[in-house]
Amino acid sequence: MKHSGLMKAAGVGALALTLAACAGGGTPAPTEGGSESPAPQGGGELVVWMDENRAAALEGVVSTFEEETGTTVEVVIKDFGTIRDDLTTQAPSGEGPDVVLGAHDWIGKLVQNGVISPVELGEIAGDFEEVSIQAMTYEGSVYGVPVSIENIALVRNTALAPEAPASWDDLVATGQAAVESGEAEFPLLVGIDPNNADPYHLYPMQASFGGPVFGINEDGSYNADDLQLGNEGNVAFATALGEWGAQGIINPNISQDIAKEQFANGASPYTITGPWNLSTFQDAGIEYAVSEIPSAGGQPATPFVGVQGFMVSAYANNPIVAAQFITEYVAGEEAQTAIFESGQRAPALSSAFEAAQSNEDVAAFGAVGAEGVPMPNIPEMDALWADWGTTEAQIIAQQGGDPAALWTAMAEKIQGSLEG
Amino acid sequence: MTTKSAPKAPAKAPKRGIHHQPPSMRVLAVKIVLLSLVDAVAVFAMSALFFKGDYAVAGIVLIVTLLVNWIYLSPGLLPAKYLTPGLIFLGIFQIFVIVYSMIIAFTNYGDGHNSTKEDAVASIVLQNTQRVEGSPAYRVTVVDGLGGLGLLATSPEGEVLVGTQEEPLEPVDPGAVTLEGERAVAVEGWTSLAMQDILQRQQEIAALQVPLSDDLADGFLRTTDAVNAYVFESTFVYDEAAGTMTDTLTGTVYEDRGNGAFESADGQQLGTGWQIFVGGQNFLYPFENPRYGGALLSVMAWTFAFAILSVGISFFLGLFLAIALNDPRMRSKQVYRVLSILPYAFPSFLGALVWLGLLNTEFGFVNNAIFGSADIPWLTDPWLAKVSMIVVNVWLGFPYMFLICLGALQSIPEELTEAAAVDGATGWQVFGRIKFPLLLVSTAPLLISSFAFNFNNFNTIYMLTRGGPRMQGIEENVGHTDLLITLVYKTAFEGGTRDYGLAAALSIIIFIVVATVSAIAFRRTKALEDLN
Repeated sequence: MKHSGLMKAAGVGALALTLAACAGGGTPAPTEGGSESPAPQGGGELVVWMDENRAAALEGVVSTFEEETGTTVEVVIKDFGTIRDDLTTQAPSGEGPDVVLGAHDWIGKLVQNGVISPVELGEIAGDFEEVSIQAMTYEGSVYGVPVSIENIALVRNTALAPEAPASWDDLVATGQAAVESGEAEFPLLVGIDPNNADPYHLYPMQASFGGPVFGINEDGSYNADDLQLGNEGNVAFATALGEWGAQGIINPNISQDIAKEQFANGASPYTITGPWNLSTFQDAGIEYAVSEIPSAGGQPATPFVGVQGFMVSAYANNPIVAAQFITEYVAGEEAQTAIFESGQRAPALSSAFEAAQSNEDVAAFGAVGAEGVPMPNIPEMDALWADWGTTEAQIIAQQGGDPAALWTAMAEKIQGSLEG
Repeated sequence: MTTKSAPKAPAKAPKRGIHHQPPSMRVLAVKIVLLSLVDAVAVFAMSALFFKGDYAVAGIVLIVTLLVNWIYLSPGLLPAKYLTPGLIFLGIFQIFVIVYSMIIAFTNYGDGHNSTKEDAVASIVLQNTQRVEGSPAYRVTVVDGLGGLGLLATSPEGEVLVGTQEEPLEPVDPGAVTLEGERAVAVEGWTSLAMQDILQRQQEIAALQVPLSDDLADGFLRTTDAVNAYVFESTFVYDEAAGTMTDTLTGTVYEDRGNGAFESADGQQLGTGWQIFVGGQNFLYPFENPRYGGALLSVMAWTFAFAILSVGISFFLGLFLAIALNDPRMRSKQVYRVLSILPYAFPSFLGALVWLGLLNTEFGFVNNAIFGSADIPWLTDPWLAKVSMIVVNVWLGFPYMFLICLGALQSIPEELTEAAAVDGATGWQVFGRIKFPLLLVSTAPLLISSFAFNFNNFNTIYMLTRGGPRMQGIEENVGHTDLLITLVYKTAFEGGTRDYGLAAALSIIIFIVVATVSAIAFRRTKALEDLN
C-alpha cells in the first residue's frame, strides 16, 4: 500500500516512454530528416544514405564539400542491401534521403516506383568508363554517377595451373588432370545454391553459347520486349550445363562459401569469382592469377558487369545540392579513388580507372569486364532470376529430364509472365 | 489490495484505505515531475506533427495526453492508473500494426504502385523528359525578376539569353550583361540569386523549365545543378483536365480506368502507377488463380503439419528426457541436463546455419559420417526437405520442452504417486492417469504459444532452405518448405514484383488462423484446470 504512490510514479514514467515512442511513430525517422529545423528546404542540409565502407572512404570528400558549399551533410549508414527497399518505401513520405548509393540493376525498379530522378551529366559523361554510364542508363536517361565497376573472372591457382587455359576444354582437362593426380579435389569451383543455382556466376559460360538474355537496342540498352533466353544458343548452353553437372565440373553442392574456402585450401586449380574474394585467397597464401574465362560455346565468355553509383531521390528536399554533390564531388578523382581503395572494385571514372591499373588484380578484372555487358537493369529482370536459377539447378542436378526441354519450358514461362 | 489489508490493521486502515486521501508531498512531486516530462514530450511531438501537416496524428496525441493527465491528476481511478501505460503500448505496438496491415491488404501497394497519383504523374513526365540529342550545353545563372524565377543562359557561342517558365528565351542586350569569364552572371532588370537563395529555393529551381521558343516542341532549358543547363524535351504530356497521359511520339493516349495506372485503349499499362483501394481483390487472388490457390493450400497444410509435428515431437522428446533425468536413480543428472539444454543456448538462426552445413548433400557431416557418403538430398528433395525441417526444428525446440516438463514434474507432489501405488496402480497408470494430466495443466498454455511460434517460425525455414525446393508449375515463387510467413516475406520483399497488398492479406489470414486455434485451445485447457 505504501508503494502505491511509487507505483503510480512508475506508471507515469512508463507513460513518458510510451509517448516518446508515440512521437517516434508519428513522425517517421525524426533523426534522419533533420526535424530540428522546421523548414527542411532552408538549411541546405543534404542527407546521404550509403554503406559503412564507402561512408568511411568518402569522409574527406564530404568534409571538403561541406566547407566549400556551406552545406551540412548528414550521412546515414545503412546496410547496402536494405537501401533499395528503404528508399522505395520511405521516399514518398518526404522524409527520405537526397542521395543514395545503389546498384545499377536496381534502377529499373526504382524508376518504376518513381523514387529516383535522372541526372544530366553533360560533358562529364565522357570522363567515365563507357560500360559504367551504359549501366546507369535506363530508357535513355542517366540515373546517377557511377563509382565502381565489378565483374567476375577466372581465378587460377598458379601452383596447380601455371598458364591461363587456352580453351574451355583445356580448362576442364587441366582441372581433371589435377584431380586425377591427387593435387586437387575439384576440377573447377563455381559457387552456386543447390536449389537456385546462380545465373550470375554461370552467365559467362552461357554467354559463350547464346548471347544476351534480352535483345539489345541500337543504343546498347536492353529491349524488354525481346526475350532471348530461349534462343538456340542458350538452349545449347542448357545441354552443356547438364553434361558439366554429370561430369562434376559444376557441382550443385558447392555453395559460394564452400567454393571460397576450398579454393583458399588449394583444392582446385580454378574458380570463377569476383574481386571481393581475393583477400581471402591472399590471407590463405594462395598464389593466384586472374584471367578471362575461356569460351565454351565459341563466342566470348563475357561476364555481367555490375556498377554501383550515387543516385538522387525524386523526393529530394535539396535537389540542386544533391546534383552538385554527385556530379562535382562524387564524380571527382579523389572520391573515386578513395572508394576504390576501400573496396578493391575498379573505379568508374576513367582517370581513376587508369591509375588503378597499376594494381595487377584490378587491371586483370578490368580487362575481363571491359568485354562484358552490364547486367540488365530493366524491372522485368527481377522476375527472371528465380525461374532462371531454379531451372539451372535442376539441370545441374540431373533432375527433371532433358535439359533442352527444361530450358525451353522455362523460357516460355518467363515469356508468358512478361506478357501477362 | 486496500480492502484486503484493511481488517488486519484496523487502527490505521480507515484513513489509509481511502483513495481520496491526498498523497504525501514527495509522491506528489515525483508525479508532477514525471507528468510534466510526459507533457513536454507530447508538446514537442505535437508541434513537430503540426508543422508537418499531420493534423490527425497531432490530434490523437493531444487527446491521449489530456486523457493521461486527467487519469493521473484526478483522485481515484486506481485501475486506470495501472492500465493506461499498458493500453497505450497495446495500441501502438499491436492494434496500430494490425489496423495498418488491414488497410494495406485492401490496396494494391507494391512495385509500380508506390505512392499517390500526383507523384506518379510527376514521375512519368520526369522519366520521359530527356536531353535533346546533340543539343548545346548552356552555362546559366538563376535570376529573379517580375515574372518569377528565370534562367540567364550563355550559349556555347557566347550569346546571352534570358527567359522564365512563361516567357521563352530572348536574347538580351550585351551591354546590360555582367560577364564572369564567358558566363553571364548578372543582367540589368534581374536579380541574380546568391548561393544562399539558391539553397532556399532548390525545389523551385529544379522544377523550372524555360522554353526555347514559343513552340513547345523545340524543347526547354532545365538545370539540375544551377550552373549548367541543357535542352530537354518531354515525350509524355499530362492533360490535367482530361486526366490523360499522352505519348507525343506515338500519339497513344493513356487514361486512368480505376486500375491504379494509366492504360491505353488496347490495355497497355504504363509501368509507374499509384496506390488505390482494390477492395477484396487481394483476398480473392488465390481463388481467381487456382494454381496459386492450390499452392497456398499446400503451404497452409504444411504450415500446420510443421507446427503440430514440431511441437508434438519436441514435447514428447522433452518429456521423455525430463522423466528420465528426474528419476532419482539416474546418475550425473546435472551433466545430462546441461547437455540437453545446449541447443537452447544457441541463437536459433546460428543453429540452423550449422545444420545447413551438416545437411549438405556432398560435404555434409550427416551424409558423410552417418550414411556412408551416400548422396542423400536432404534439402533439395521436396519430402526429405520437409523431414529435415522438422528434425532441425525439434532439435532446436526440445530443450525448451525439457525445461518446462522438468519444472512441471517437480511440482507434482510425491504423495500422489505414493497414494496411487498404495492403491495398486501400475507405473503406467500412475503416469497416464495422474502425472500426465497434471502436467498438461501447467504446460498446455505453453504448448499453445509454442504452436503459434512455430506456425510463424521464419528463422528455421529461411536459414535452411529459403522455402525451397521450388514448386513446379506455378508462376509465383513458392517452395515446398515455405511456411505462410516465409511466403508473406517472399511476396512482400523478394522475387519479381513486390506486392505489399497481397502480403498483408496473407498475414491477416495467418492472424486469423493463429487467433482461432489459440482461442479454441485455450478454451479446452480450461477443462483441464478443473482437474485441480
